[in-house]
Amino acid sequence: MTELDAGLVGEQIAESGQISEPDGAREIGRARRRKEDRRLLTGHTRWTDNLQQPGMLHVMFVRSPMAHARITRVDVSAARDLPGVVAAFSGRDFADEQGSLPCAWPVSEDIVIPDHPPMAVSQVRYVGEAVACVIATDRYRAADALEAVEVDYEPLPAVMDMNEALAPDSPKVHEAGNKAFSVTITSGDVEAALRDAPVVIDRTYVQQRLIPSAMEPRAVLASTDGDTFTLWSSTQIPHVLRVMLAVTTGIPEHRLRVIAPDVGGGFGSKLQVTAEEVLCLLLTRRLGVPVKWTESRSEGNLTVHHGRDQIQHLTLAAEADGRIRGLRVRLLADMGAYLMLVTPGIPMLGASMFNGIYKMDAYEFGCTGVFTTKMPTDAYRGAGRPEATFAIERIMDELAAELKMDPVEVRRRNWIGHEEFPYTTVSGLTYDSGNYEAATDRALALFGYDKLRAEQADRRDRRDPVQLGIGVSTYTEMCGLAPSRMLGMANYGAGGWEHGSVRMLPTGKVEVITGTSPHGQGHVTAWSQIVADSLGVPFDDVTVLHGDTAIAHKGMDTYGSRSLVIGGVAVLQACEKVKAKARKLAAHLLECSPDDLEFDGGAFTVRGTGSAKTIQELAFAAFTAHDLPEGVEARLDSDATFDPDNYSFPHGTHLCAVEVDTETGQARIRSYVAVDDVGRVVNPLIVRGQVHGGIAQGIAQALFEEAVYDADGNLLTTTMADYLLPSAADLPDFTTDRTETPSTGNPLGVKGVGEAGTIASTPAVVNAVVDALRPYGIDDIRMPCTPERIWRALEGARS
Amino acid sequence: MPRIAITVDGIKHEEDVEPRLLLVHLLRDRLGRTGTPVGCDTTNCGACTVMLDGRSVKSCSVLAVQADGCDVVTIEGLGANGSLHPMQQAFHEEHALQCGYCTPGMVMAAIDLLRDDPDPSEETIRRGLEGNLCRCTGYCNIVRAVRRGAQEMGQAVRTP
Ligand code: FES
Ligand code: FES
Repeated sequence: MTELDAGLVGEQIAESGQISEPDGAREIGRARRRKEDRRLLTGHTRWTDNLQQPGMLHVMFVRSPMAHARITRVDVSAARDLPGVVAAFSGRDFADEQGSLPCAWPVSEDIVIPDHPPMAVSQVRYVGEAVACVIATDRYRAADALEAVEVDYEPLPAVMDMNEALAPDSPKVHEAGNKAFSVTITSGDVEAALRDAPVVIDRTYVQQRLIPSAMEPRAVLASTDGDTFTLWSSTQIPHVLRVMLAVTTGIPEHRLRVIAPDVGGGFGSKLQVTAEEVLCLLLTRRLGVPVKWTESRSEGNLTVHHGRDQIQHLTLAAEADGRIRGLRVRLLADMGAYLMLVTPGIPMLGASMFNGIYKMDAYEFGCTGVFTTKMPTDAYRGAGRPEATFAIERIMDELAAELKMDPVEVRRRNWIGHEEFPYTTVSGLTYDSGNYEAATDRALALFGYDKLRAEQADRRDRRDPVQLGIGVSTYTEMCGLAPSRMLGMANYGAGGWEHGSVRMLPTGKVEVITGTSPHGQGHVTAWSQIVADSLGVPFDDVTVLHGDTAIAHKGMDTYGSRSLVIGGVAVLQACEKVKAKARKLAAHLLECSPDDLEFDGGAFTVRGTGSAKTIQELAFAAFTAHDLPEGVEARLDSDATFDPDNYSFPHGTHLCAVEVDTETGQARIRSYVAVDDVGRVVNPLIVRGQVHGGIAQGIAQALFEEAVYDADGNLLTTTMADYLLPSAADLPDFTTDRTETPSTGNPLGVKGVGEAGTIASTPAVVNAVVDALRPYGIDDIRMPCTPERIWRALEGARS
Repeated sequence: MPRIAITVDGIKHEEDVEPRLLLVHLLRDRLGRTGTPVGCDTTNCGACTVMLDGRSVKSCSVLAVQADGCDVVTIEGLGANGSLHPMQQAFHEEHALQCGYCTPGMVMAAIDLLRDDPDPSEETIRRGLEGNLCRCTGYCNIVRAVRRGAQEMGQAVRTP
């Protein structure tokens, strides 16, 4: 890495709010306004719920009001008799054909994957589980029919607490017991590291359950012509879904087309194979007409998979000078009632991340997945990595406090130096590149760290009722899921490659097909920039198609901050192949050797002469195919599949200043600085947007959001009035900047950015809150750090 | 079934509606105006915001019958002759949308906010948009867009 790379070549947006543009005609690095916007801004959208089909019927589901019960009777006859109602079914009516919802990630040998019928047949295990469905001519009539379905339940005890669930006398969620799996990973000798360590810090942190809350509720439309099936779904994963639905329903894969039209956010929540998708397919097969289901928000809060929900027990051993000796992690991860697509894999995505950016010789990770009678958990922005990062970044602050050391200093003493990359960590990952020093220095400067520390000291001295807390988080994460080989080693049921296809059309325009499936990320714009640079064509001449298995034949979809680092690279590689073919054709037409040609500005020129062929001319020549050289097929197009060798490891330093009113317990973010290093950047505007949104969701976990169940298993936060998504009024402006250390793992030098903000921000905020309260002897506040929790902690400390 | 007369984006409609039919469902399911989406069932998210006789309302909290005789402007009727309204343009320039699901409501609410305060501070914008939730952007760029939109709209008013 050069000095320049390590330095501040990124956007200088912190003060001015402006993003600097790269020199010359290069598209990569430019803050292009998005091509996606116009349709979205004018309401010409294709949300699944917008779609209508001739004869289409509306589906609604009767959902269990009980957390755990045997179903003793379902009677749909009264519902069937209502006007406008076409059909009504119970789970029993589909028992023979509905299969079991898939879990693609059996993380251990001992894992128990219980049967998971899309519509419950004999037993329900969480509030909201579908037990029957009604099909009517419109939404209103379907809603009426729901009321007329009668279901009798014989209650069973709810199992709500992970520790109690593991007790031998606990009621069982499933026949086989409440333990889903257990995994242990060891590296080095943690026992020895802990033995007579000068400092041992022992802490338990709780990752509360979250509701992902994409703004577009899920919706599914299924239709059939009696032979083939089409499913439109608000999904992140049309390709994975097609395979999984074929396996689950028995509809042959080649007769099933899956389309993700416009999708209004996902954050992992639409990385799922859902009961509703399976059932809509089965209903259209049975009824022979198109059926649509659109969830209500309350239904979604109950039945879109939840995120987080772990109890983390950490023991950290360190020397007196702050250097870490080793770390032990014991995790309980709440699976909820069933294992869904990647439920058990979520804590495992954090398994190698608890050591963060720090060097240590010993590490032990143990995780037990636990069944409870709650909605299953699964991927939510960051998926396993925010949990791990939170835990290590919180305990680093405790280590600093114990040693009376500045929290930034304790991190400095432990982090991997920029000259040490590539670096293989104690948990076995190899971080390809990074510069924690540069990002941290930049963040400290933008934040005005020393000045804020001085103000904090002053407020402490004055016993100001409003105390200032400063929180730091120096994170990295593994993303760009993922090298297929590594996923195989982790026993994941699929690969992590991505596909891209680039077609020059006869008129010289370019059609790109990507296997990634965007839902707000701006792939159309970013991929256009990559193609424009590679082929030398105008940005506006590129179009990008996605999200339809009949158009994008191959793909692994969008999650895990993978799209650019894998899918974008696949597109680049397809462009390179197109150019290679174009070169042969140009050499033939210009009667020279391919080696005599140089490619610049979208044209092949014979070196030292003026004769040239533009890529557009070559596209037309390849279309007419009147005069092709030996071995060159018609049409100028190609495709490529990219499978990386390693994950990508973005990193950064986030700093948060929080004012805590010690009389009311109110915590207010005063300033927030994020300096992220996501390698090279294709579009700084999009990157900044991803960082902003990520930070907001991380702050939301720290301060606002929690999915709350009562002891009987009722979800108390079913609406947006109860589950507090932050509004504009709840959040501050963020100061963002970047350092740029290119990834060595791909030719674009890019790293993932989708999840980084969320991973970094939660510990920064909670560290700030705790920092404000430390003079009162408080060393933790459970998330979300609500005024009530802070106030109670202060009351406890005062008495 | 009551019959209502309603103008939507400049087009007059007469419709027989059930008394319980929500305005947003009239727009989406009956009139094909699907540019206005639904994000919740408790009037919290603001995704469904439209102009009803010139003021922004959450169309999921209005019955179609209540809109009898009214003039409704949705996101689809905002720009004139295929060009973007300055607020739409500002959202584009400032990258104030990602998935775009909250955007129609956000743009409508922003325009309404400027009627009360044509030159709002960041604080005013944040408070003024409290009833519109966005899960993607973290709001920073939305706030910037509203400020930019306000400037452009102010300019448009000043330039005869
Ligand atoms: S849909 Fe109207 S406020 Fe949410
Ligand atoms: S842009 Fe996705 S919810 Fe606002």
